[in-house]
Amino acid sequence: MAVIEVKDIRKVYTETKVPVYAVNGIALSFEKGEFAAIVGPSGSGKTTLLNILGGIDVPSEGEVIIDKKHIASLSSRQLIDFRLKNIGFVFQSYNLIPVLTAIENVEFILQLQGQSKNERRKRAQQLLNEVGLGDRVNDRPAQLSGGQQQRVAVARALASRPQFVLADEPTANLDSKSTENLLNIMEKLNREEGITFIFSTHDSRVVKKARRVITIEDGCVVSDERIAPNNI
Amino acid sequence: MAWRNLWRNKRRTFITITSILFAMFFALVMRSMQKGSYANMVDNVVGSYTGYIQIHGADYWDKKTIDESLDASEFSEEEISELKNVKGLVPRLESFALASSENVTKGTLLTGIIPEKENVFTGLFEKIVDGKYLETGDGQVMLAEKLASYLKLGLGDTLVLISKGYHGVSAAGKYAVKGILHFPSPELNKQLVYMNLEDCQAFFGTENRLTSYVVLLGRHDPKIIAQTRDAIRKTLSQSYEVMSWEEMMPELVQIIESDNASGKIMLGILYMIIAFGIMGTIMMMTLERIREFGVMVAVGMQKFKLGLVVLFETLLMGIIGIILGSGLSMPFIYYYYLNPIRLTGDAAASIESFGVEPIMPFAWESSFYLNQALVVLVITLITGLYPFFKVIKLEPVDALKSK
Repeated sequence: MAVIEVKDIRKVYTETKVPVYAVNGIALSFEKGEFAAIVGPSGSGKTTLLNILGGIDVPSEGEVIIDKKHIASLSSRQLIDFRLKNIGFVFQSYNLIPVLTAIENVEFILQLQGQSKNERRKRAQQLLNEVGLGDRVNDRPAQLSGGQQQRVAVARALASRPQFVLADEPTANLDSKSTENLLNIMEKLNREEGITFIFSTHDSRVVKKARRVITIEDGCVVSDERIAPNNI
Repeated sequence: MAWRNLWRNKRRTFITITSILFAMFFALVMRSMQKGSYANMVDNVVGSYTGYIQIHGADYWDKKTIDESLDASEFSEEEISELKNVKGLVPRLESFALASSENVTKGTLLTGIIPEKENVFTGLFEKIVDGKYLETGDGQVMLAEKLASYLKLGLGDTLVLISKGYHGVSAAGKYAVKGILHFPSPELNKQLVYMNLEDCQAFFGTENRLTSYVVLLGRHDPKIIAQTRDAIRKTLSQSYEVMSWEEMMPELVQIIESDNASGKIMLGILYMIIAFGIMGTIMMMTLERIREFGVMVAVGMQKFKLGLVVLFETLLMGIIGIILGSGLSMPFIYYYYLNPIRLTGDAAASIESFGVEPIMPFAWESSFYLNQALVVLVITLITGLYPFFKVIKLEPVDALKSK
């Protein structure tokens, strides 16, 4: 059963002389436990699609239904709360909070959920251990490499036990070893905890790991391929 | 969270706090200078001669003639001295007289005093720059420095005084110069002549009469002055008038009020500069953090809560800046309170023309510290609304694109 459904969504930017359709009539559905890659050239609309799926951008037309909830019907406050409880984000440029240490960045989400200091510290430490950063918990983002920062971002995205993790080109700034590490972590969490991962990418190493590859060009889906049966 | 954001980003916090600190420092120094200069004006004229409250015979102040003087034998000094805040009464007989030396003549203000009492009030003894202080019954005079120099008189020389006495009798006398006095007010320095009250009464033919009693007060608070004046008015009959210094010298009040108005405009301009300074820093800080705010909202922080955190950060920096700015200004203001800046040249001449000593003293009061702190805090709070509303209106998708 589909947990994310997008129906004929369009995102048009009218600030330019000629209206630009970043997303132009996409209809997709995702089931629980998918490990899906959205691929396509730069400017094809991957990031816009992910932002719309995550509720941080709104489509100009069409509907987004997540877990039977019409995103458009939620108020700004409800939408923020919905994101906090259901969606984890991994951004291309990590986007960690610079003044917080690695463990505080992970704890931040749990703090917003109102968890006690002990609970959140325990969970954050466990997640950082899982992503292999158990010994760098007190380092600030500036003291970590790109790969390490992205692993902290993954730990942060998973902290609230979300239903979905949306990752925008998570390996774009990483070397091959860090990419391999990160993919293994995401794959393991997908397999063991059933978290749905949807990521946009250019990277062939990421595409190889995906069990579903959606190709978009000029804001339209040109192919939607399932590589292997979904075994969750 | 707000506190952590501040101390984890020391450079940004330091810059913002420094801008608030200097704002507070300059506002305090400027206000202290303004208040100090008013206090100097009042002290120069009121504190060293007129007194804060005077008692006269009815209509004396309007007519200023010796004929409107009061009879000291009918006046109960004790009754007034017992009133709250009254420390004592200093009797005077004042009138104008023509002073002559060998071939120079000048109009003067002749004042008859009881030397010991006058010294308690004005510290007249301290103003002697040459010669000796008057003693009861010595039949001599003390002259203000510039008057003595104009009349070319020195110690032991003879001063001739001519005037109109009580009820038109002619008054004339010769007196030896016993002391030369220096007054901070150039006006007073040009015209004062002091002699013993009894000698003065004999000169004007007034017997036991006085033109005024200067009331000595424990404190010179405007409220206390008004209360005491009213209390004395209630005690005395209609044959007397009781006036505060503001009533006796409306021109001085006007000078202070007009200077205060321009001072307030200057202070307003300073506040605007301060506000723009703080606003510039806060705006830069906000724009630098837009992406960070975007991430926080994207991952699930409510905008209102984030806005409050940012507002609280600004408020904390404001409070720290105010405390440090006050602390920094205190030794500076206190030093210049004790050692006022002495003006020279044209600036000095223009101040002297108002009859005020050309110094720039600083005031040392707690009240304006509180006022300035409140003003700077309100400015900081208003400035803090910019990041607050920026966060409230923030769209995470746009914020995440910012550099």
